[in-house]
Amino acid sequence: METITMTLVQEPELFLECYSVTPDLFAGKSLAEIADLPAHEGKIQWKLGDFFKFEGKAGETAADTKIVVNGNVRRMKRFGQQMTAGEIIINSDADMYIGGWMKGGKITVKGNADSFLGIAMEGGEILIEGDAQNHVGSAYRGDWRGMSGGLIRVKGKAGNDIGTAMTGGTIIIEGDAFIHVLTHAEGGTVIIKGDVEGRVGGQMVKGDAYILGNLLYPLPGFKKVATVEKEVDGVTYTFDQFIGDLGERKEKKKGEIIYGNIFLKK
Amino acid sequence: MPKVIENVGCPYCGCSCDDVRITVSDDGKDILEVENVCAIGTEIFKHGCSKDRIRLPRMRQPDGSMKDISYEEAIDWTARHLLKAKKPLMYGFGSTNCEGQAAAARVMEIAGGMLDNCATICHGPSFLAIFDNGYPSCTLGEVKNRADVIVYWGSNPAHAHPRHMSRYSIFPRGFFTGKGQKKRTVIVIDPRFTDTANVADYHLQVKQGHDYELFNAFRMVIHGHGKDLPDEVAGIKKETILEVAEIMKNARFGTTFFGMGLTHTDGRNHNIDIAISLTRDLNKISKWTIMAMRGHYNIAGPGVVWSWTFGFPYCLDLTKQNHAHMNPGETSSVDMAMRDEVDMFINIGTDAAAHFPIPAVKQLKKHPWVTIDPSINMASEISDLHIPVCICGVDVGGIVYRMDNVPIQFRKVIEPPEGVMDDETLLNKIADRMEELKAKGEA
Amino acid sequence: MSELLIKNGYIFDPISGIKGDKADIAIKDGKIVDKVSSKAQVIDASGKTVMSGGVDIHTHVSGPKVNTGRMMRPEDKFFRGSYRGGIIKQGKRMEMGFSIPSTYKTGYAYARMGYTFTNEAAMPPLLAPHVHEEFRDTPILDQAAMPVFGNNWFCFEYIKNKELENNAAYVAWLLNATKGIGIKVVNPGGTEAWAWGENCTTINDPVPYFDITPAEIVKGLIETNEYLGLPHSVHIHGNNLGNPGNYKDTLDTLRLAESYKAKNKFGREQVLHNTHIQFHSYKGTSWADFESGAKEIMDYVNANKNITCDIGQVTLDETTTMTADGPFEYHLNQLNHIKWANVDVELETGSGVVPYIYDKNIKVCGIQWAIGLELALYAKDLMRVHITTDHPNAGPFTRYPCVIKWLMSEKARKETLDTMKWKDKVIAASNIASMDRELGLYEIAMMTRAGPAKALGLAAIYGSLVKGADGNVAIYNLDANDLPSDPELIEAAFQNTAYTIKEGVVVVKDGEIIAEPHKYTLWTKVNMPENAQVMHDIKEKFTKNYTVNLENYAVFDEHVHNPRAIELDVA
Repeated sequence: METITMTLVQEPELFLECYSVTPDLFAGKSLAEIADLPAHEGKIQWKLGDFFKFEGKAGETAADTKIVVNGNVRRMKRFGQQMTAGEIIINSDADMYIGGWMKGGKITVKGNADSFLGIAMEGGEILIEGDAQNHVGSAYRGDWRGMSGGLIRVKGKAGNDIGTAMTGGTIIIEGDAFIHVLTHAEGGTVIIKGDVEGRVGGQMVKGDAYILGNLLYPLPGFKKVATVEKEVDGVTYTFDQFIGDLGERKEKKKGEIIYGNIFLKK
Repeated sequence: MPKVIENVGCPYCGCSCDDVRITVSDDGKDILEVENVCAIGTEIFKHGCSKDRIRLPRMRQPDGSMKDISYEEAIDWTARHLLKAKKPLMYGFGSTNCEGQAAAARVMEIAGGMLDNCATICHGPSFLAIFDNGYPSCTLGEVKNRADVIVYWGSNPAHAHPRHMSRYSIFPRGFFTGKGQKKRTVIVIDPRFTDTANVADYHLQVKQGHDYELFNAFRMVIHGHGKDLPDEVAGIKKETILEVAEIMKNARFGTTFFGMGLTHTDGRNHNIDIAISLTRDLNKISKWTIMAMRGHYNIAGPGVVWSWTFGFPYCLDLTKQNHAHMNPGETSSVDMAMRDEVDMFINIGTDAAAHFPIPAVKQLKKHPWVTIDPSINMASEISDLHIPVCICGVDVGGIVYRMDNVPIQFRKVIEPPEGVMDDETLLNKIADRMEELKAKGEA
Repeated sequence: MSELLIKNGYIFDPISGIKGDKADIAIKDGKIVDKVSSKAQVIDASGKTVMSGGVDIHTHVSGPKVNTGRMMRPEDKFFRGSYRGGIIKQGKRMEMGFSIPSTYKTGYAYARMGYTFTNEAAMPPLLAPHVHEEFRDTPILDQAAMPVFGNNWFCFEYIKNKELENNAAYVAWLLNATKGIGIKVVNPGGTEAWAWGENCTTINDPVPYFDITPAEIVKGLIETNEYLGLPHSVHIHGNNLGNPGNYKDTLDTLRLAESYKAKNKFGREQVLHNTHIQFHSYKGTSWADFESGAKEIMDYVNANKNITCDIGQVTLDETTTMTADGPFEYHLNQLNHIKWANVDVELETGSGVVPYIYDKNIKVCGIQWAIGLELALYAKDLMRVHITTDHPNAGPFTRYPCVIKWLMSEKARKETLDTMKWKDKVIAASNIASMDRELGLYEIAMMTRAGPAKALGLAAIYGSLVKGADGNVAIYNLDANDLPSDPELIEAAFQNTAYTIKEGVVVVKDGEIIAEPHKYTLWTKVNMPENAQVMHDIKEKFTKNYTVNLENYAVFDEHVHNPRAIELDVA
């Protein structure tokens, strides 16, 4: 795998949209061509080279390209948007839409991520070493097709709307989360290792939530049906299993009613 | 001879009443009498003929004072700053007609900026819920003519929409509702015992911030899981939930009116989202509709106009020339202000300085700030430029959208102060000036 | 005085019977004329196909439910991180949206396909100012809108009491008040029933509380239409749309027109236009044994000259359904569980909006696709069978070129059929695989301009290149004597014209918008004496039942954009 390093040399005045920073768009290009790729600051269309210095070499294909981002890119959005392969490592905080609509490859953020992390993601892997804000692995506004595949791991805490309208894939929040987990979900798994304020599984048709900490305000629409042992992220725990949302429509598979599950660690 | 003008629209709340009677002086400049209006509406008409109306744009001077300038200078200044800014934001439109809102869309498309309306701090979460779950609604006349069960959830029309209950919901006698209030069941769900709760048959004092759980409980009953309910949900006893759910199920025609109590507590859009789900459920066994208690007389307007113009009702990002983008949370005014994402601010037909959080106002104040409004308000007083305009519904007419998205044609009742422009004219002149400057290569 | 001469094109003009002859078309001051001076601007159309500007008889492009669709579907603009639809700015304003385009995209996209007139399919009278606001913001296209009457309380009462003259006076008053063009009927009685959560699924189901049936409503409105002599006929979306077995209900509806003859001065011959007839031509008893009823329906239409229809072709896209048929949209939402919007309108109508995916890998969608094409291919008189997609219900109007391709090329149909997962079941449930008919350019001109214009009673202005008509012309990059063997090239030619000319002004050149001249709002102005009884009834209903004052109900003149009235006198 070839590595290309981009280092911030000029801070933008406002926020910069780095939608061009993906292994797909870098692959097969020279450093000069990469520096010529567009980036938007409000209505001004700049070149990436106006803000970043590029070193190293891009691979021939996306899968063969690793991008390392250096410097404080806290005010830059859309890293790795729609990427299909390869790798991005961001040695900083970064702003919204990291790995949005991502199909493959891997993104690592050494700092915090802002909202809409991995929005409507289809595949690949995202690792956030710090915290994430709201709408982790959520759907875009109005879409009923949220995150459908891949893995998002946030080492810190996250806000509200985790896995809204999720249909597949896995989200792991190692810290606490606020409200609305798997709302409207029709599949997928969310693991929260810390505490959750509430509203887990509201309007959920299908999907699995695992909560290792406390669930402060459980929804009335979930009913305890069993106590089970389950392996979560490599460790086995005993859980109370709740099914629901009893207030939502149900789907049937081979005559059996399908429910969403909340597994609450005993 | 004083002249009586009838069928006048009221530029106050989302009821957009259109039965106002105004008596105007002989010279068409003074309003002598206002009838059929609530107390607040009356004040707006009276303000229209106040002698203290601002007549000329005012520009902030280096010493901090404001100096009168011509409209031409104000238009040129605004056009140049819009073109120069990387990401200007125009926000407001609580008190603007649709013609003005359409012209604003043109301005910000040319400027390549952000365009947002007061829904962003009001019923924006309702839009998010509508995006996710739809909007089974109706016009207010359907409620008047058919409804036998009315729910006010997190809304208090007795104060915020003074004629709502008498014109549309609880009291009127309609085609199938000849007995008026006598045959209607009114349910108010609110943590406070409001004046609206005072006229209700049922007041469910939901625990503040836990409406979502209560909706979830009602939906469980509709889906046949009443027996699985806990003894109490969100502070409401199981028996009460079952009793009220039974009333909902047996309604011939029910309507839920919801307000800020749902949009401005935790979960925001999802409170509306699940209310819409409940409405859908109820249509399997009964007939139910739902409606947002929109605040201003035409705050539904920008959502309607910009949806046909760009496909999105609010929080528009027009910076990319070829396409519009929208994602509240990113492109919403308060979020952008708090994050210091914009570099020019135009406050139009509202008062962001009074309504936004102080840190947001401070960030915006770092950049050029224009206020377009008939009145002196907090925004105008901290602006670099204040441009006065006509008052919609008083000295300019136009189309407005009522809370149920019914277009109401407003009339002009008095002449505007001499020389004062309406929003549409002013904004189109700003757009024309920008096109001129662009053509001359000055941008 | 502006003059334009289009030279040496292959002309297809069914109204004057020209079938591909090489000829010149002259336009002076916006109208088709016999000849122009030597100073005229000349367009060389040699090797190209020349037709009048296209006429869409049924499309939902302007108004409240269309806009509800736009508002509730951000993902129709932005999907999986990409912007859908045409996003390159050509005209003065940006173009947004795929299945429910913005008003600006609507105007530009129709113009690029060579269309210059559209008829908005359903205008709720109370919300008419909204429709007219959107007309103002829809560039280039001349537009009209049909107010809906099939669930209107006034009409119910007048028809029930057999007060034909009063009903006619009310219809004339409402056309004037809303600046509407003609009578639209959607699920007669059924939408009123939906206000109580019910429906009328046959023409004989009584409407709750009103003591009237859909059959009586339709007959009453046909009588009213012919009494007034309106340019267009009653335009109907009948009961029980979209359900297996509904072809019988459709035949029942069509038979209601049997005893009536068209009476008008506009050259219209039909008394009933059945819109999006594909949705009404279903056999079977459930989705499991669902099959085509196209043959039965088209046999009837072929035999009865007083009927016209448009096909409502399914285009196999993700789209947005929207109709004044409120109960249908609820029913659809119960099937697909995506979001649902509904707007019941006091005393008048209702509507619903639901996104829908016509997936070529779902058997029913494949059969629906086949039915629309079968209807067109079974048709004997293509002046009476028009191309639509019931935009956006069966697919967006931007797919018309694709529909034309399927109708002109058996190869193209076969290629699409071959991509379907349940191809064999689609073939078994329809006759599409055995149909080798391929339509020609003259027939396409009938289905896309001449036929719709005639059915609308507007053939003197639109859909024709006869002297005196508006100078609206579409020039396509198609050599009529040497049509491409690759059907994709046919689609490409109809997608972007070489030139579109609107009232003598070139608005599209090589597929790009280059001018945005003024446009008209067409409406029908009935001159008849005021009817005191009807005016009294109107006042009473406004006092007692409406929530808008009567004086604010009719669209103010300043809100009607560039009106052009079609006038008629009734004694």
